Amino acid sequence: MSTKQSNGFMGWIDDRLPVTQTYEKHMSKYYAPKNFNFWYFFGVLSMLMLVNQILSGIWLTMNFVPSQEAAFASVEYIMRDVPYGWIIRYMHSTGATFFFIAVYLHMMRALMYGSYQKPRELIWLFGMFIYLALMAEAFMGYVLPWGQMSYWGAQVIISLFSVLPYGNELTEWIRGDFLISGATLNRFFALHVVAVPLVIVMLVVLHLLALHEVGSNNPDGVDIKKLKDENGKPLDGVPFHPYYTVHDMVGIVVFLMVFCTVMFFFPEGGGFMLEYANFEPANGLKTPAHIAPVWYFGCFYAILRAVPDKVFGVIGMAGAIAVLFVLPWLDRSPVRSWRYKGWISKIFIIVFAFDFVLLTWLGTQPATEKLTLVAQVASVIYFAFFLLMPFYTRMEKTKPVPERVTGGH
Amino acid sequence: MKKIFALIAIALLPGMALANESDVHLDEHRTDLHDTASLQRGAQTFMNYCMGCHSMEHIRFNRIAKDLEIPEKLMMDNLVFDTDKKFGALATIGMRKEDSKKWFGATPPDLTLVARVRRPDWLYTYLRSFYADPSRPWGVNNVVFKDVGMPHVLAGLQGVQAMGTAQVAVGFDTLTGREITEEHEHALYLEKAGSLTPEQYDRVVFDLVNFMTYAAEPMAVERQSLGWWVLGFLAIFFVPVYLLNKEFWKDLK
Repeated sequence: MSTKQSNGFMGWIDDRLPVTQTYEKHMSKYYAPKNFNFWYFFGVLSMLMLVNQILSGIWLTMNFVPSQEAAFASVEYIMRDVPYGWIIRYMHSTGATFFFIAVYLHMMRALMYGSYQKPRELIWLFGMFIYLALMAEAFMGYVLPWGQMSYWGAQVIISLFSVLPYGNELTEWIRGDFLISGATLNRFFALHVVAVPLVIVMLVVLHLLALHEVGSNNPDGVDIKKLKDENGKPLDGVPFHPYYTVHDMVGIVVFLMVFCTVMFFFPEGGGFMLEYANFEPANGLKTPAHIAPVWYFGCFYAILRAVPDKVFGVIGMAGAIAVLFVLPWLDRSPVRSWRYKGWISKIFIIVFAFDFVLLTWLGTQPATEKLTLVAQVASVIYFAFFLLMPFYTRMEKTKPVPERVTGGH
Repeated sequence: MKKIFALIAIALLPGMALANESDVHLDEHRTDLHDTASLQRGAQTFMNYCMGCHSMEHIRFNRIAKDLEIPEKLMMDNLVFDTDKKFGALATIGMRKEDSKKWFGATPPDLTLVARVRRPDWLYTYLRSFYADPSRPWGVNNVVFKDVGMPHVLAGLQGVQAMGTAQVAVGFDTLTGREITEEHEHALYLEKAGSLTPEQYDRVVFDLVNFMTYAAEPMAVERQSLGWWVLGFLAIFFVPVYLLNKEFWKDLK
């Protein structure tokens, strides 16, 4: 398969390191279905945001001071006294939001087209571990500016672990102190800038290796490897490079336009991205009237609060994330894409998407009696989507899947 | 008598005693960070009236001078009262936190970021909502921030408001343009005039809040203007990127 050169500079390298072979395997001879649509941009966009977070993060650490006394002021120092420090900071804070937007839409794509189904279960699992690591990363990153919401958000999240056996010892171990303190801030800094990013990058590599082993799914859920031409190339596939590199560039530029509009004109995101209370330094003696998570945790926070009992609330929240891990084994449909699934699946996927958005919004709002009731109904729908999946995906009548992909260029 | 003094006053929701902060109607502050003269006047008011107790510890005097186009000498001679302060120093204050906590019950907070925490509308309403309340240590209370520990520092300018039954402006008659007023039980009206008219006082507070909004995010104007350049670049960059993609894909069936 490889057109290994035997002479010249690349030949010398290739005899020692499989650069050309790797490039061909993952780029110029990686055949991707030619019918990718809008939804297929969000994988590369997630990666773009990961790079954005790493680069802006490196520059932030050059001036951020991870200590209880100096963290808050050092962020303002970056915003005011470091030349263009504000761009780096807003790139990072806006990047967090757009990372989650891209990841959520990427997951939605998988849900619509059954990208988690056999043989892509491992890709989905690696993706879920990335998502889990990303949530830990985002949570710890939010603590670092040491504002009121950093402090009280950490207080709420860490206290969730107290429902586990040896809960008090465990939360003390996580905090490194009897309460949230400088010790917590310093260890979160270490985890946020070194440990978790390393884990995320390694998982992304595994996610991609597993993907390139079995090949990409597509909106029809058709296996393009079944039909190949005389040279063994999939009839419905195109080399990733140059076709999808130039294609993704279009998506990237449009995405960056949206990203930059928010970053330069609405960096606080109406208080959903940078919460207003977080412009006040952390104060352990002053509890804010309304503790709300950043928007991207809203869904799970809403489920937590929807359950009247704390222990079961935490179980519900953890369950809401855990159930995603087993998704490949909940879907018993003979077809992948919702295009060929029955109407029950279609309706459930649409309802679930709205339900997720609703829960996300509810999580950011004060828990009034009425909204709690809405959150309870929405939580039930959330779980119903997954737990009923083995039944409705098997029962419903599916449409025949075509031999070749439809649409595309 | 009351009618003469009836003011723009804040229309309060019934059951004001129980009302929490978020229930109070806030007047809109139309922030204008391009109005340099307003920001300069706001800086002047801040340095003269607020900085006795409140610091702005994240911003430097020379930054304010540069952004607000105030010459260094003018700034140092007239706005920086602490003679030990250098032009490039942070706008901290001499009052010790332990002392002010004793004197006021709570340390007056640093105000660099207050406009991002409280928002301009809140500040604009708060600074115009003090009223006489003999039960409080400083003789005043505040509609927006109940039982606040801060005295009404601007009383010399505004005068003293009282709370009681008064005519409150609720809107304008669309035909005649005349003000429509309503009698309200928990209204604020001016009991003792200050050195400024209500309109002049509103203007002073507007400028002050404008300045505080600037100080909370001094690069806001630069941020937006740079944003247009970045979006412009992306829009132009989109053209070759789009055409390149089209060129590559046109041969595929």
